[in-house]
Amino acid sequence: MGKETVMQRNNGPRVEVMTGNDACAEGALAAGLTFFAGYPITPSSEIAEILSYRLPHLGGKFIQMEDEIGAMGAVIGASLAGAKAMTATSGPGFSLKQENIGFAAMAEVPCVVVDVQRGGPSTGLPTLPAQMDVMQARWGTHGDHEIIALCPYSVRETFDLTVRAFNLAERYRTPVILLMDEIVAHVNEKVVLPEPDEIEVYERKLPNCPPEEFLPYKFTEDDIPPMASYGTGYRFHVTGLCHDETGFPTNDPVQIDRLIRRLNRKISRHRDDIVQVAEEQLDGAEIGVVAYGATARAARRAVRLAREEAIPAGLLRPLVLWPFPDKEVRALAERVSALIVAELNMGQVAHEVEWAVCGKVPVHRVNRVDGEPIPPEHILQAIREVAR
Amino acid sequence: MIDYTKYLRISKFPLIWCAGCGNGIVLKSILRAIDKIGWPKDQVCTVSGIGCSSRTPGYVDFNTLHTTHGRAIAFATGVKMAKPELHVIVVTGDGDATAIGGNHYIHAARRNIDLTVVIFNNNIYGMTGGQVSPTTPMGMKASTAPFGSVEPSFNISGLAQAAGASFVARGTVYHVFQLDKLIERALLKRGFSVVEVLTPCPTAYGRRNRLGTGVDMIRWQKEHTISVQEAAKLSPEQLNDKIVTGVFTDVDRPEYLETYQALIDSLRRKASLS
Ligand SMILES: Cc1ncc(C[n+]2csc(CCOP(=O)(O)OP(=O)(O)O)c2C)c(N)n1
Ligand code: SF4
Repeated sequence: MGKETVMQRNNGPRVEVMTGNDACAEGALAAGLTFFAGYPITPSSEIAEILSYRLPHLGGKFIQMEDEIGAMGAVIGASLAGAKAMTATSGPGFSLKQENIGFAAMAEVPCVVVDVQRGGPSTGLPTLPAQMDVMQARWGTHGDHEIIALCPYSVRETFDLTVRAFNLAERYRTPVILLMDEIVAHVNEKVVLPEPDEIEVYERKLPNCPPEEFLPYKFTEDDIPPMASYGTGYRFHVTGLCHDETGFPTNDPVQIDRLIRRLNRKISRHRDDIVQVAEEQLDGAEIGVVAYGATARAARRAVRLAREEAIPAGLLRPLVLWPFPDKEVRALAERVSALIVAELNMGQVAHEVEWAVCGKVPVHRVNRVDGEPIPPEHILQAIREVAR
Repeated sequence: MIDYTKYLRISKFPLIWCAGCGNGIVLKSILRAIDKIGWPKDQVCTVSGIGCSSRTPGYVDFNTLHTTHGRAIAFATGVKMAKPELHVIVVTGDGDATAIGGNHYIHAARRNIDLTVVIFNNNIYGMTGGQVSPTTPMGMKASTAPFGSVEPSFNISGLAQAAGASFVARGTVYHVFQLDKLIERALLKRGFSVVEVLTPCPTAYGRRNRLGTGVDMIRWQKEHTISVQEAAKLSPEQLNDKIVTGVFTDVDRPEYLETYQALIDSLRRKASLS
């Protein structure tokens, strides 16, 4: 296992036609993935299929576990033993993984969880698109912690955000969710993959102290403790219980408070490094559209069509949904007179946008929950109505 | 006598276990087996789920992982796959391994991945206060079986045998010299190995069923167990109130990670030839 093997494979820019699921698998390998555990579920299964083929070629390991819970557990175990580890699933499997995602958050174990969203609740719509897991990504597991969730809207962006998901996971010692949707997962697009030396790969911060001084949950300047792997001379204890700096359970209110606040703070205080939005046609815009994932593809088109009709509309597209880009949305609300949030759910992000803008401008919603994508015309229609 | 302190995190003492609990006996037996084999502490990783028995990793100076309820074997699978040179030992309770964790248990046995699972079987959910477990014998009381359990119980060892484990044995905390050997053999076995250890829980199981103190319960083990060899000579009726101990399975089957490594090697060979 090791990154060199991955790099050797990536010689030169490659122009290819691939799907979002392909790009996710490739992005993971480019980021240094050496371990994948999963359980098949549409529309994510191709990620597992591709990696079952690619990983052993590269000296990495793939395992199809007996269920999603086991897959998430195996990913955490592998990460603690030093691997860059990932799993991929869809709504129902994402629900099953939640308890162990919480473990990864509590024990600060870097890993990537891909959720290719489909309609729900329950088994819902196996082959149809939806964006209904935005809140599950944020609040799916119990307890109070921050989470990072990224949301690509194209095939190339899926590659980039998968790499970024690994980098953020390693940097912040945390599980990172890659929220895809069925459209992005299955659409075929021409992409030019970056050359290996263009890809920035971050490795977790290792301890530089002697083993006897190692504190696996040390309070550091940046709130992110250096992390050792099992079997490297640093013997340490990992638990999902509240623990002190040594990693051992504690019931001391002071220690508990310190830990939970740090877990939240290590992400919230670095939100400016994490949050990423793309803007389109926002110069002089009076109507702002907020959309993400596949819906942003329709929103781009709608905004362009609106401009052709001389309606000054623009698009704000969050690439990162959690931490929520509240500052960016608020700044947009200062510049426009109305916001439209388009998404394939009943308004999960719209609600968050309303919170962010605090009634400064009206927030209109375009929602669809029937398994069909939102066509550009629906968003254009909403823009026209707001412009009137 | 081995120096237990070499392996224990003494600063984490006193243990959370009750007086009379058998868990400490199992812990010492595991440490003696590791000491006898001579594995360096850094090469050992102990993984547990949730329960009284699953607190064991907190007390031992290895690479230790206390996971979610029932999931120890899944986490251990990831550790082992990412670092095959680690000796990964799962320490778990009967409820942890065979109720919530039953699926991982049988599939790890089927895969025959090189893990050793030591199951502390106290016939009850100890940590949560004595609820019925898949191993509570029919008719015995539990806090959620106030009239006696109405369900037949699992044969934990039989389950592993049927699912394909390479080594399966049952011991008790009374037969501690035998237990040391069983654990040692399990640790040295390439493949999925299980040692089911019968251990008393006087607090949550014994008290409710009027089985006396921990010592009384251990004495009961002496009187009600029979070795595999002796059991073979008896009729099913004669075995009715007996619990069989000893080695049930010791076979050599392809181990999962060896098979996987062979796959990697053959793919690489092909790639270098082409
Ligand atoms: C998902 C989940 N469900 C339930 C529990 C509560 N719980 C903690 S320990 C336990 C049972 C433990 O029994 P066993 O594995 O037999 O271990 P023992 O305490 O007897 O050693 C349960 C049900 C939990 N921690 N997590
Ligand atoms: S409750 Fe039972 S199993 Fe748990 S420590 Fe006490 S005696 Fe042991």
